[in-house]
Amino acid sequence: MVREIHQNSQERQHKRRIQWALSTIAGCLLAALPVFGNPEDPSQMPNMFKPQSSPAHAIFHLSLFVLAICAVIFVIVFSLLTYSVIKFRRRANDDGREPPPIYGSNQIELAWTVIPVLIVLVLFLATARVIHGIQQAKKPPEAIEVIAIGHQFWWEFRYPALGVVTANELHVPVSNTSHPTPTFITLVSADTDHSFWVPRLAGKTDLIPNRENHMWIDPDQPGIFIGQCAQYCGTQHAKMLLRVYVDSPDQFKKWVQEQSKPAQASESAKEGRRIFETTACINCHAVSGTVADGRFGPDLTHLMSRDTIASGAATNTPENLRLWIHDPATIKPGALMPAMNLNQQDLDAVTAYLETLR
Amino acid sequence: MSTASSVSMEQPWVLPSRGRVGMFSLIAAELAIFTIFVVAYLFYIGKSVTGPLPKDVLELPIFASICLLSSSLTIHVAVSALRNGRVQAFSMWWFGTMVLGLIFLGETAREWYHLIFEKGLTISTNLFGTTYYSLVGLHAFHVTVGLICISIAMILTLFGKAKQEHSERAEVFSLYWHFVDGVWIVVFTVVYIIGR
Amino acid sequence: MASETIALTTVHDVPQPIGTILHGWVTTVDHKKLGILYILYALVFLVIGGIEATIMRIQLIVPHNHFVSPQVFNRMFTMHGTTMIFFVAMPILFGFGNYLIPLMIGARDMAFPRLNAWSFWLTAFGGLLLYFSFLGGNGLYGAGTAPDVGWFAYAPLTATAFSIGHSTDFWTLGLLVSGFGSIGTAINILATIVCLRCPGMTLGKMPLLVWLNLVMAAMVLLAISPLTAAQMMLSLDRFLGAHFFDTLAGGSAVMWMHFFWIFGHPEVYVLVIPAFAFASEIIPVFSRKPIFGYPVMVAATVCIGFVGFSVWAHHMFTVGMNSYANSFFTITTMAIGVPTGIKIFNWIGTMWGGKIIFKTPMLFCIAFLFQFLIAGLTGIMLSAAPFDWQLGNSYFVVAHFHYVIVGGILFTLFGAFYYWFPKMSGRMYNETLGKLHFWLFFIGFHLTFDFMHIPGLLGMPRRIYTYEPGRGWDIWNLICTIGVFFQIAGTSVFVGNLLWSYFKGKAAGNDPWDAWTLEWSTSSPPVEYNFAEIPVVKSRRPLWDIKHPEDPDWKYE
Repeated sequence: MVREIHQNSQERQHKRRIQWALSTIAGCLLAALPVFGNPEDPSQMPNMFKPQSSPAHAIFHLSLFVLAICAVIFVIVFSLLTYSVIKFRRRANDDGREPPPIYGSNQIELAWTVIPVLIVLVLFLATARVIHGIQQAKKPPEAIEVIAIGHQFWWEFRYPALGVVTANELHVPVSNTSHPTPTFITLVSADTDHSFWVPRLAGKTDLIPNRENHMWIDPDQPGIFIGQCAQYCGTQHAKMLLRVYVDSPDQFKKWVQEQSKPAQASESAKEGRRIFETTACINCHAVSGTVADGRFGPDLTHLMSRDTIASGAATNTPENLRLWIHDPATIKPGALMPAMNLNQQDLDAVTAYLETLR
Repeated sequence: MSTASSVSMEQPWVLPSRGRVGMFSLIAAELAIFTIFVVAYLFYIGKSVTGPLPKDVLELPIFASICLLSSSLTIHVAVSALRNGRVQAFSMWWFGTMVLGLIFLGETAREWYHLIFEKGLTISTNLFGTTYYSLVGLHAFHVTVGLICISIAMILTLFGKAKQEHSERAEVFSLYWHFVDGVWIVVFTVVYIIGR
Repeated sequence: MASETIALTTVHDVPQPIGTILHGWVTTVDHKKLGILYILYALVFLVIGGIEATIMRIQLIVPHNHFVSPQVFNRMFTMHGTTMIFFVAMPILFGFGNYLIPLMIGARDMAFPRLNAWSFWLTAFGGLLLYFSFLGGNGLYGAGTAPDVGWFAYAPLTATAFSIGHSTDFWTLGLLVSGFGSIGTAINILATIVCLRCPGMTLGKMPLLVWLNLVMAAMVLLAISPLTAAQMMLSLDRFLGAHFFDTLAGGSAVMWMHFFWIFGHPEVYVLVIPAFAFASEIIPVFSRKPIFGYPVMVAATVCIGFVGFSVWAHHMFTVGMNSYANSFFTITTMAIGVPTGIKIFNWIGTMWGGKIIFKTPMLFCIAFLFQFLIAGLTGIMLSAAPFDWQLGNSYFVVAHFHYVIVGGILFTLFGAFYYWFPKMSGRMYNETLGKLHFWLFFIGFHLTFDFMHIPGLLGMPRRIYTYEPGRGWDIWNLICTIGVFFQIAGTSVFVGNLLWSYFKGKAAGNDPWDAWTLEWSTSSPPVEYNFAEIPVVKSRRPLWDIKHPEDPDWKYE
């Protein structure tokens, strides 16, 4: 009778253990969902495990390899630890004698030295291949060349061969393996250190003053890829956001054409343009085709072609634009653009003018 | 485990002297600081954007170097003298060390005066100015600290306080002085030979 | 043996005016008092640093939060990091070293008692100088002129052009001053261990804590100096117009990084090696077995000491070094995982076949083993340079190093507190409260730092005062913040336990744990001169030899 009860309780324990195990696995999978889930909207997660460009792909595959090895090591050592903590605990009925002292064992020490050294060797070789593969990639003649200049707290992008200057939103063409058109980016800084990080496209590379760094991407799908500055650069480091627009070849050509044109002159915004050109605005901003050629702040020639302003801190709507010009600190306290202190009329006029810069 | 008095050891239990170990440790730390300044100096050779270049303004401080390196010799003789109980000799050679060190500092001061007021090179002129004054200055600072210690010991000696049992302390200090001289050899090579 | 354990009548028995007591503490050169001063100083800053962390986590609990301004947040992460490394971790480890080393080697004090006092007060003053920055400038509103350049103060953000006012100078000078204190203590520890061991205690018979502190002290001598040099250079730039890091004049921002990390990486080994030391003393006693593989443990630590100076640029993988440099630092960083892993295996080997007693010190050390394993593995992940190109400067790194410093170092520190509290105070702490502290802190630690890896994997950089919603980071930040409150609860229980037990705990006796190293042969607390007669030892476990004269260690070592 006792034996049956014992077996029943054993069975129940067993069942409970299985249920517990299953629910834990389910819980882990659920938790993992956001990491490996499938967002398709533009504000998608900057998830390095969904690479969309060769450097990101290479890193992704390497990371799986590294994670696998670490997981195996973890399971082995974790099990040894758990086993020893449970098996060698002092029991309640302990006789009080000290256990036999073991001072060491040369064979065991050798074993658990040699095996980790071999693991390190394998890991290193796999890693070195990826390092060289990414850093020593050759630039094909059809590559798009961009110079990215980091500023406190915005990104300047210049396409010297195409005659385009823009800010914060980088446009690149999709690149397919049969006809590769990667984008090679030269990274420099106008002030402090920054870092260009769009996880789905590549690892991050820093922008350091008095130094030229290089990186490349070859996105294989059109879409919008988000990232942000990844090296603390001052007060508004958090809002130095990045958007990379991967366009189809036609879209990209059209974009380049639009961007290389000077600003359209518009009658309706004459007053706003006058105020713009006679106030401090032109000290920092450039509008091609006008007298404004300041370089401290973003080029505004095609401001309205961008989805966001203030390096992603706000969407590009007339209200936000007006608020920004009135006092940037309301959107991005610590940004280096001062409050322009325009009266309401002038503010409306200038905003209207900027709204014409498509 | 037992107490020291009740057990006779086969060999006497002798450990290094703490003064010597302490001074070697300090020297190790100081070496690390100097290494960083030397690395900066070497890295910035030829990278100045403007301003006077080393070969335009630097003259080899031969006399000053001879004085400083000789002072290593004199301090060594002084310490030997004290170890052998010859306090008078110690006093004389110690004084000689002090004089040689002061001459070195004086020469450095003269060189800096010449560079600042006649050649227009200051620490903020260019990278050469920055690295030169900081490296040579750091060394000169260490010479100064050493000279202060030497002067204090000199004063005490003149008051008749120096005794043979102080030779170990003098020797520990002389390690510092030898280190300062050794650093000068490196600084001289980097600044006046490699960098010029 | 009796002569070492007589607790002679001391001045404690005669009540003294409070002024005399305070004067005694301020002018002391006794290593035990200085050790306690270091520890108490660090505990105060632990609480302050914890408040700074809590402020940050509350700001990050939801995206676009407005708990603090960006300026205040940036000061918080700078002060939190600087405080925890320089005014919590280093002083507390120096404090324990100061207290324990002379006792463990059978000496009466450190080699240079006055240098010891000077070093402590210099460190203390450095911390006060750094914190005075909160009061300058605008005063506490807006956090005054506290530095906001990050604890590694990258150039040229620290140049006068980008860091207006004196906030950066408080950082530079506070650390410069305390750095001299650290070098003083390192010289002292090294000289003490080399020169003051009791007869019979050869280098191969020292307790592992002593060996590991020796390696740590040697590292401090070589590692702090680069930071000192770099800070001198920065000060010359800021005060005298020098151009060390002035990129417009041809200076190099990367050079600051090299100098800083040549300090910064060995520094983390300086912090973790004494933590290993605590584990190496506690685990054997609570497994009732000697440490497994003593010579290998020593060799592995020395190896870590050397290799630790060759890995620094793994903090700079994203800086644009060429592929050969990146590969070099990858392999050295992976290589240092080998001796570190060996140590973990040896600790397991110590427990294996033993009789493990789950008292509070051991609970913390067991958790340390699990957590340090994970920390090491995330370190291996970061050592693969391309993986670091994604994970570097993200919350994955923040999670990794907090796993090492909190999950590794702080846990063994808590273990050390409970283990040596009876020796230092003469009283036993409350075991139930100790276990409560453990579980609360364990839960809080894992809630915060396990889940912190995920936003890093999902692209969240560090040092941002807020983040965009919809990137998949929101839920994880929330969980991380919740964990903070468990940690606060655990720490409060800890402080309460120490205070209560100090006044009301039951008498501990000399050797409450039935341990084997020399400090347990003195009274609790030890008399000022430590030992009536300097002991002579024959093995690594002198008290084992006394307690088991029929089976002494020296026959088998």
